[in-house]
Parts: sequence; C-alpha cells; structure tokens
Amino acid sequence: MPQPNDNRDTAFQSETTALQANRRNFLKCGAWAGAGLIWTVAGGIPRSTGLGFAASALADTGSFSFVQISDSHIGFNKAPNPDAPGTYKEAVGKVRALASQPAFMIHTGDVSHLSKRDEFDTAAEIIKDARLDVHYVPGEHDVIGDDGKAFFEQFSKTPNGWYSFDQGGVHFIALVNVLGFKAGGYGHLGDEQLKWLEADVKSLAASTPIVVFTHIPLWMIYADWGWGTDDAAQALGYLKRFGSVTVLNGHIHQIIQKVEGSVSFHTANSTAFPQPAPGTAPSPGPLKVEASRLKSMLGITDVNLVAVNQPLVITDATLNA
Amino acid sequence: MYRSEKTVSGKVVTMAATAAGLLFMLHPAYADTPDRPGIEVPATESPATPPIQSAALTNHVDIDNFDFSPMTLTVTVGTQVTWTNHDDIPHTVVSADTPPAFKSSALDTDDSFSVTFSKPGTYSYFCSVHPKMVGTIVVKAN
Repeated sequence: MPQPNDNRDTAFQSETTALQANRRNFLKCGAWAGAGLIWTVAGGIPRSTGLGFAASALADTGSFSFVQISDSHIGFNKAPNPDAPGTYKEAVGKVRALASQPAFMIHTGDVSHLSKRDEFDTAAEIIKDARLDVHYVPGEHDVIGDDGKAFFEQFSKTPNGWYSFDQGGVHFIALVNVLGFKAGGYGHLGDEQLKWLEADVKSLAASTPIVVFTHIPLWMIYADWGWGTDDAAQALGYLKRFGSVTVLNGHIHQIIQKVEGSVSFHTANSTAFPQPAPGTAPSPGPLKVEASRLKSMLGITDVNLVAVNQPLVITDATLNA
Repeated sequence: MYRSEKTVSGKVVTMAATAAGLLFMLHPAYADTPDRPGIEVPATESPATPPIQSAALTNHVDIDNFDFSPMTLTVTVGTQVTWTNHDDIPHTVVSADTPPAFKSSALDTDDSFSVTFSKPGTYSYFCSVHPKMVGTIVVKAN
C-alpha cells in the first residue's frame, strides 16, 4: 500500500463529508493527471500520493478490471482538437498498453458529434483495436434527429438502450438519460426506464456491488449548464440499500468526483476536447487550450475491482501520461 | 483566427407552419451560403401574407455561447425567422409543443434553419441537445 501524505484536496474534503461511518466499502479514486498526482479516497479521507501508487494498484489488481472511455465526439474537428479520431485512437492505444488488461470497456456516450452514420462507423472501427467488448450508452450527440434509432441499432443490446449485466460478482447497469428532454430541463431517465431499474435490482443481495453508467451525471453538478438529471434521485433511491454503488458518467469532459453515503460518483475525461469547470466560462463550449496542454486534459478511466467487497480503484489516465 | 478555419458551409432548411399542417422545404440551392447568410427565402407557402420588408432586420435569431439571441423575437404573420448557429457545438431548434410545430436537424457551425410563421401565436422552442437553451417567437397579426 502507498504511504499517504498530508497533502489534502479541500474540494474533495467538502464533497466527502457525507460519508457514513457504517459504509461497508471504501472507494479509492486515483486521478492520473498530467502533474503526476494520484488522488485516493479511502474511508472518506482524500490524500495525494506519487505515481508509484498507480503501478502498485495495477499490480495488486485481482482478476478483474474494466475501462471507461467517453465523449469521443467523432465528427468534431474544431479548436482545440482538429483530430478527434486521432486522439480516440491514442486513447484506445492507452487501453492496449495497460499493464493489467481490462475485461471489457464501457463507453459513456457522445460516441459521435452529430449522430451521423459515418461518425458511428469511424468510432466503431477505431475501438476495434482494443480487442475488447464495449458496452455503450448514448450521449445527446448520438440521438439527434432520430431519437437514437441509428445508435441503438449499431451499439446497443436492446432497442431502447438500457440494459444490465453481471461480471465478476458486480452488477452493471447501463442507463439512457439523453432522451425525452423538456424545454429548460436536464438529463432525463423517464418512468419506463425507472420502472425497469426498480425491477432489475429487486432480487439482488444488498452486498452486490453496483456500477451504474450513463452519459449525463446523476447528480446536479451545475444546473445553469444543465449538468444533471432531473429524475436521478428516484433511480438512486432504488440503489440506496446497496453497500457499494459506483456511478460513472461522461458529458462534462472533465473529472469530478463525489462520495455520498455508499454512492461514489465519478465523471470521466473526454477523448476529444475538454470543457470548462462549472461556471468558469460564458458557456460549456470546448475549452480552447494550447495544443501542448490538450492531451493532459483528455483520457480514459481504468476501474479495478480487487475482489468483491473490496474497494474499486478508479484511475484516470490522461493521453500524455 | 478560429472563424477563418470554418469548413462547414451553411445549409438552409425552410419550414412553413400553415394552418393545414407543416411543410418541409429543402433548399439545396442555399447549401453554399456564406458564414452569416442574409437569406431571403421567399415565403411562397403563404401568398396571402407576403414577407414584410420592415421585419427583415429582426427576423434572425443568433445562437452564440449556448444562447438564443434575442431570446424573445416578435414578428408579424408571414415572417420567415432564420436561426444561425455560431457556436462550435451543434444545436437544434425544436418547438416545445407536443408534437413539435417545427424541428430542425442538427445545426453544425454556421448552419441555418428557417421557419415561416403564418399564424399568430406564441411559439416556445428549445435546443433538444442542450435543453437549457430556450427561446420564444411571438407572431402578431398584421
């Protein structure tokens, strides 16, 4: 185990105060940032450690890990990234290079920029190089004009896009929250999907680790920019009794984490372009960073399950790391 | 600097909202309109209410920084309203009515979308990709 130091992140501290004492499982989150720091959250106390942690965490990994990739936006070709397919390829290369090969990947949406068939095809072709199964959910950029019909045909296991599966003792739930938007509103799951979710988890033991993945964050990160899901509370209500729930989202093209009770929330970097921190720009449009900085703001997320009922270790790797 | 790198040319889709229903008219002839097109698509679907010259200056809605500007636009019956997306992220223009009275496809950078309003009323709309973006067209009788 790494030796923690006292270099604490105040943002994390404020976000983790809700951690309950009886929480069964601790989550460790590592942000493998360009600066070479890893943030870990263990027992609700975040600490930074050196990069050595990443190596040991990966080496200690048990039989099972998976990778989250997000917001590839194939079709985007403007500042700061004229080559979204190129950085997507680099991200896939990053997956191939992982010391411990993941069991599969999840893509948390915005595969394409404009929901175009050729964008979907390009994305599908690039990710083949990872030689892994990919479980998809759509982003709002994937469902423009046809309510996701083309996306679901190509990438989903079910016609309406939501599904669940079990692997290594973990129950994975893929949710769709980019359809049925209302004017002035937010991400939306809808009654039909919520009903399905309630039934899906009903017979599971409370000790089953749950991983939920969906595009728009399931907590209100920033209302002014619509960075939240209006009926997320109902979904999370069905998951309350579980000892370990990890929620993985995309959409906001930056890493933000929060722990609330037994639920850990984590958003991933994009592989295409970064977006500004909440409220720090006139709009959530692409952050036009210098070319030299771009790859420190793009990346993938590696999630390791050491063993059932042990911590999930989440490691974000940027493309320049 | 960035603006000069634009490669996507404007596309114009015109829709006429008539009492009888909705008519989509694709205008491929406008596929190469310049960056800020001063589009004058004749409102041929409503001959009884020809376009009003005085409205010509105010029948554009610009999409900038994830906002419709002006957020509320008042026009007279028969006016064609054109939205143009100046952001480098795609947006849409979708009526908030159920079912939508008008609906654009994805508008990439510099793409435009037009609707001719032939009935008085208040038309609320939003961007179906970024639903926090909302706007209103108020159509007044002549």
